[in-house]
Amino acid sequence: MVSGGRPLPTLHVEGGGAAARVLLAGDWTLRFLGPRLDALQGRLQAVGGEAGWDLSGVSRLDSFGAMLLWRHWGRRRPDGLVLPAELEGVFGRLAELGDTRVEARAPYRLFDGTAQVGRMVFGFGRHLLQFVALVGQLCLDLVYLLRYRGHWPLLEISANFYKVGVQAMPVTALVGFLIGVVLSYLSALQLQLFGADVFIVNILGFGIIRELGPVLVAVLVAGRSGSAMTAQIGVMRVTEEIDALTTMGISRYVRLVLPKVVALTLAMPLVTLWGSSMALFGGMVSANLQLGLSFDFFLNALPRAVPAVNLLIGLSKGAVFGLLIALVACHFGLRVRPNTESLSANTTASVVSSITVVILVDAVFAIATRSIGLPR
Amino acid sequence: MAYPVELCGVSTRFGQTWVHRRIDLAVAAGEVVALVGGSGTGKTTLLRQMVGLLQPAEGEVRLFGEPLFGGSRADQLARRRRFGMLFQQGALFSALNVFANVAFPLREFGIRDEDMLRDLVLLKLAMVELGPEVALRMPAELSGGMVKRVALARALALEPELLLLDEPTAGLDPDRSAGFVRLIRGLHQALGLTVILVTHDLDTLAALATRVAVLSEGRILAFGSLEEIMRVQDPFIERFFHSERSQAALARGRGLG
Repeated sequence: MVSGGRPLPTLHVEGGGAAARVLLAGDWTLRFLGPRLDALQGRLQAVGGEAGWDLSGVSRLDSFGAMLLWRHWGRRRPDGLVLPAELEGVFGRLAELGDTRVEARAPYRLFDGTAQVGRMVFGFGRHLLQFVALVGQLCLDLVYLLRYRGHWPLLEISANFYKVGVQAMPVTALVGFLIGVVLSYLSALQLQLFGADVFIVNILGFGIIRELGPVLVAVLVAGRSGSAMTAQIGVMRVTEEIDALTTMGISRYVRLVLPKVVALTLAMPLVTLWGSSMALFGGMVSANLQLGLSFDFFLNALPRAVPAVNLLIGLSKGAVFGLLIALVACHFGLRVRPNTESLSANTTASVVSSITVVILVDAVFAIATRSIGLPR
Repeated sequence: MAYPVELCGVSTRFGQTWVHRRIDLAVAAGEVVALVGGSGTGKTTLLRQMVGLLQPAEGEVRLFGEPLFGGSRADQLARRRRFGMLFQQGALFSALNVFANVAFPLREFGIRDEDMLRDLVLLKLAMVELGPEVALRMPAELSGGMVKRVALARALALEPELLLLDEPTAGLDPDRSAGFVRLIRGLHQALGLTVILVTHDLDTLAALATRVAVLSEGRILAFGSLEEIMRVQDPFIERFFHSERSQAALARGRGLG
């Protein structure tokens, strides 16, 4: 049998019992053995232990074929082996290898679960510690930058501002508008039952300006810019770019972390304002179609229904969320180790943590501002 | 017998510039061919075209007598399994440990028997002179020389007939580089491989190559044994092979050989 000009591997048994001879021929290489491995292994198993082996018909033997035979022979040369001189080398290497073993991983033991929980607690502690260290380092750098005004990374801040602010506008507008439409539509259905149509302005105004707008935008920005920041710093660590900066005497905190933090803190209130406006606009359109409230009426009723301080709360929430998202993203970015797994794990952790932090801080805000700007 | 690698009138264009113009090159089985040339002459590009990572603008690459992109998907896969490539930076999968990296092509090939797999992986590691103690390390924990060795073991996993090496000794210190050259030569002799390598390193070239192809100005300037190349009258070859430094490096390389 021939395939592509090369003879296929074959195995013949002559005679029987102790006098049996096994004749091998053809190419005993992975390329030809692979597709017919099961059949050949079955025939190998059928050969008796005391048979003599003759490999003189083998035209080519690679280490896969040799390993197959070697394992069948119990890792030694069988008695009465006929081996052409050019195949000696392959078996020589196998004999040198000896009895191979990879150290096994320790099996799972009773208290491993407990130890795992302990490690997680310590791991969380380390995260907190590193996060505090990052914030502390930024404060020190700020003090330094207050003394040396020329060292402000203004160009980087501006570039980051464009990336996280301006480029986020289309997606926040789209999502904000749609959420506004949906919210307004569902509320209008209920309000119509009570004939309380005009309160749609209060519901949308309070809900969007004070709560929904900042949180919605924060979630979007965390997914969009937070992950990008983590990945960017992470890849810079993988490619040793951060080390290159350090050797030039440039602080990674001043040049990489600070611009991101400052830019996102400044951009987030503006993006929040934009997103909230779009959501209100969506709500207004929907209210107009559903309830027949004119745009004029809506815009006039809004300032009367929602005190201006609510806008201030919403925007300051935005700033705080921006600060936290950037800090969390940079924190995880700086933890990336030079492999792909670590990069993906840290990017995921960054997005999940920043959204969680945003929602936790939002709850704190809700409690802290419960007596400000709400109708009695 | 068909040539393991054959380039027929291969031209390459990046944007408006022609990197190669109608290159013809046939590498016979069992040869070690070194591609040399100045920076930017497209040596690595040519290597990448041989393995199908890049498609030439004109011409055809033939591997083992068949067009590289010819035949069904299964044919192409079978053809790809007949060669191994060592990338310049190793290109180990950073999320997998050394063992899993070397076992990866074998598992993809369909070998499921874990005992057999372990024996094969450790054999490959032994062939590149690494012991079982490195098997569970991650690529990030290896030195540059070890990364190259593991990458070579992975390239050899499927018993290739053709091995392509991109700058095999770049980034290694002279001692390790000499060790790696010895290793490749030993494997070449033991396994009867055809080897194509791209190198800047004249030590490596003199120690390994049975034939040298000099790339210059988008074509193969000369193709032959090192002695034949040295006799060619050309300004580039003059600069590349006949400077004092080059002579010293070639002598060192021959000393290894």
